[in-house]
Amino acid sequence: MNTDTRPVSPHLGIYRWQITMTMSIIHRATGIWLAIGTLALVYWLIAAASGPDTYATAHWFFGTWIGQVLMWIWTLCLFYHLCNGIRHLFWDAGLGFRTRTFYITGYSVWVIACVLTALAVIFAYTLGGHP
Amino acid sequence: MSFRTPLARARGLGSAKEGTGHWVVQRITAIALVPLCLWFVVSVLMLMHADYVTVVNWMHTPWVAVLLVLLVATVYWHACLGLQVVIEDYVHDEWLKLSAIVLIRFISVILTAAGIFVVLRVAFGG
Repeated sequence: MNTDTRPVSPHLGIYRWQITMTMSIIHRATGIWLAIGTLALVYWLIAAASGPDTYATAHWFFGTWIGQVLMWIWTLCLFYHLCNGIRHLFWDAGLGFRTRTFYITGYSVWVIACVLTALAVIFAYTLGGHP
Repeated sequence: MSFRTPLARARGLGSAKEGTGHWVVQRITAIALVPLCLWFVVSVLMLMHADYVTVVNWMHTPWVAVLLVLLVATVYWHACLGLQVVIEDYVHDEWLKLSAIVLIRFISVILTAAGIFVVLRVAFGG
């Protein structure tokens, strides 16, 4: 018997769409994207340690439109991964396994992540540490 | 008693009996990253329009330097463990999988060392 051609779990092809699987996939995707984002963190730290000229270059880059777009995508991904990560921690503690709870916490993660990102954007372009 | 045949044991396939440690550390670093990330996001928002001197002075503050070191170390530990799971799930070629995991570990350790070094360099005023 050829075992290689048997369908393997989780049978994505026959699954009805559910918020749980989408959020799980996005949790991984944001995790990978945030891992790439750590390069920006280290670059920023190295720039700060390298002197005013190097820092000015980094500051200029993060201020360009592409730098800003990247930063805000990373911010949204961070808040999503953070909120959904807390959801995962509750599951690890054995809590929140009712179907209804899955949906409530799932949509809450989206709402909270978007609200936090929006607050960060508003803060950055209005009050945010302007000299 | 063991249900594994001697051949299966010799091949070394199956549980390496280290999965729980990986799982636990992933969770502990996750818990640590909740306050660290929130602190870092707020800090960046406060500093995003600041000049070089302000940023360096901020990094000179002892507790800021400590938190930055913890952030860099924890972020890479967590990322390394997370990426390892992703690789193990989707890369099925044994050599490619092993190479990718080793590569991710090397990159994580190098960037952790670099990150901590530059933070301390600024903190100690080098």
